[in-house]
Amino acid sequence: MLNALGNKRRDRIAYALLLVLLVACSIVALFPFLWMISASLRTDVDLFRNPMNWIPQSLYLDNFKEVWTAIPFGTYFWNTLKLTVIITVLQVLICSMAAYAFAKLRIPFKNAIFLLFMTNLMMPWHSIMVPQFTVVSELGLYNTHTGYVLVQLFSGFGIFLLRQFFLSLPAELNEAARIDGFGEWAIYWRIILPLARAGVSTLAIFTFTFMWNDYLAPLIYLQDDGLKTLQLGLKSFQTEHTTDYGLLMAGTLIATIPMVVVFLAGERFFTKGVATTGMKN
Amino acid sequence: MKRRLPYRDYATGTLFILPAFVLFAVFILYPLVYGFYMSFTDYGGFNIKPNFTGLANYKKLLGDAYFQISLKNNLIYTALFVPLTMLFALLAAIALNSVLHLRQYLRVAFYFPYITSMVSIAIVWGLLLNPERGPVNHILKAIGIAHPPEWLMSSDWALVAVVLVAVWKSFGYYMIILLAGLQGIPEYLYESARLDGAGRFKQFLYITLPSLSPTLFMVLVLTVINSFQVFDLVSVMTDGGPGRSTNVLVFRIYQEAFIHYRMGYAASMSVVLFLIIMIISIVQFRLERKWVTY
Repeated sequence: MLNALGNKRRDRIAYALLLVLLVACSIVALFPFLWMISASLRTDVDLFRNPMNWIPQSLYLDNFKEVWTAIPFGTYFWNTLKLTVIITVLQVLICSMAAYAFAKLRIPFKNAIFLLFMTNLMMPWHSIMVPQFTVVSELGLYNTHTGYVLVQLFSGFGIFLLRQFFLSLPAELNEAARIDGFGEWAIYWRIILPLARAGVSTLAIFTFTFMWNDYLAPLIYLQDDGLKTLQLGLKSFQTEHTTDYGLLMAGTLIATIPMVVVFLAGERFFTKGVATTGMKN
Repeated sequence: MKRRLPYRDYATGTLFILPAFVLFAVFILYPLVYGFYMSFTDYGGFNIKPNFTGLANYKKLLGDAYFQISLKNNLIYTALFVPLTMLFALLAAIALNSVLHLRQYLRVAFYFPYITSMVSIAIVWGLLLNPERGPVNHILKAIGIAHPPEWLMSSDWALVAVVLVAVWKSFGYYMIILLAGLQGIPEYLYESARLDGAGRFKQFLYITLPSLSPTLFMVLVLTVINSFQVFDLVSVMTDGGPGRSTNVLVFRIYQEAFIHYRMGYAASMSVVLFLIIMIISIVQFRLERKWVTY
């Protein structure tokens, strides 16, 4: 299409204009985050001055201190970190085991079970959240971290994604390892999983992001303040302290930073994962 | 060279799949079946024994104005969200595919909103869209719009505001999918079209669009299904209001089930949601044969 190295003057001007337009759009895309930073660094008086100041007049850092005492922010942060890590590790383990069985082992009714699992991709969780809640309550797991973790561990997306990665590994690998006396568990754990690192990392990063940001499921399953996550904490903070915007923005910013780190560290896995499967619900 | 696998492999495979199977059966398959049963009862949560009430819940749905408003709002949301998201995603993908500079930065910038939490961005946008004190209306006033919309405070604009924030948040994700599709189109197609004297517009119309149609179709399916799951934005930005103006399907189900504890009735709404998604999927996959060129 447009060619940056083109000789025609008209082409080069059009290219430069497109680039300027794209950069302008990227600023619009990132503006809310810039505003989040800007608002967290000032008092509400400074934030709502008229005429408006786009940049803080003086840096006010107390919001970042006060947010930990204004609400049980530390508890929320710890709960979120704990749940996200546990769910990510267990989900990757369970999905990769199932995916390995689908790709490399013999199971009765393999195709039927795989199809059944894949209905999970088409069916949004929202359409079963009410009966699922009832099941969890009847098991006595309402308002526990265990209940919330258990409902998040199965992922049709995860099994699908990892199965694709495992299928691309040659069958001779398994045969050679069996001849060398490896058991199936050792083959899976010591040969297949390390070779499918890219797939495992992709799923781990997706699950981590999704769980860190999860809102509706914790809202349903976690009642006690001591069990709540960051997203629930921010929401109730917003309802209770409607006027304390600087504080609210500081909390929101702190809750977003881990995602920025994960994203920048694993950007290639994100884009690759989206591009190869195009699915994540 | 097919070797016969040892007999015990049947058992090994079963053990590998067992954890996933048990979790799926208990927390997904059983609730799905149980939900259908619940929708025929007056189950009210806790340990109250449910009574079988036949089609009563479904009859009630037909005359339930509140439910129908949430369904209508959701359809408006879908009708705005799907085309806008697809348009921005496609434009951004095409633009990104044709620049050589800053490509990495631009991709990250457009994709970034997608990975941040709905709650955080809903809170920030609530502040940005504040009618008197928010930057958005400051800008609108500065460019000469004397009476900018009241956004989340106005029952005419609140749903539009929710849609715009949703589009802003998710177009980057679909852009990545489309970008991968664009990069999969072989260059020789464009070269031969240029040799035949086709201009940029004709190249887009006769090469890019048809080659991209499977990807575009997938994005269509994903955005439509996605649009029936909207909850977080509504919950944090508007709480369904003002009045009932942003109450959508999942929000209504949530209120019935977890605020009013009418679980049986909420289950019947969930069945409607389930059917809507099933019907959309079936219709879309039938149409796929007509629209998509491989």
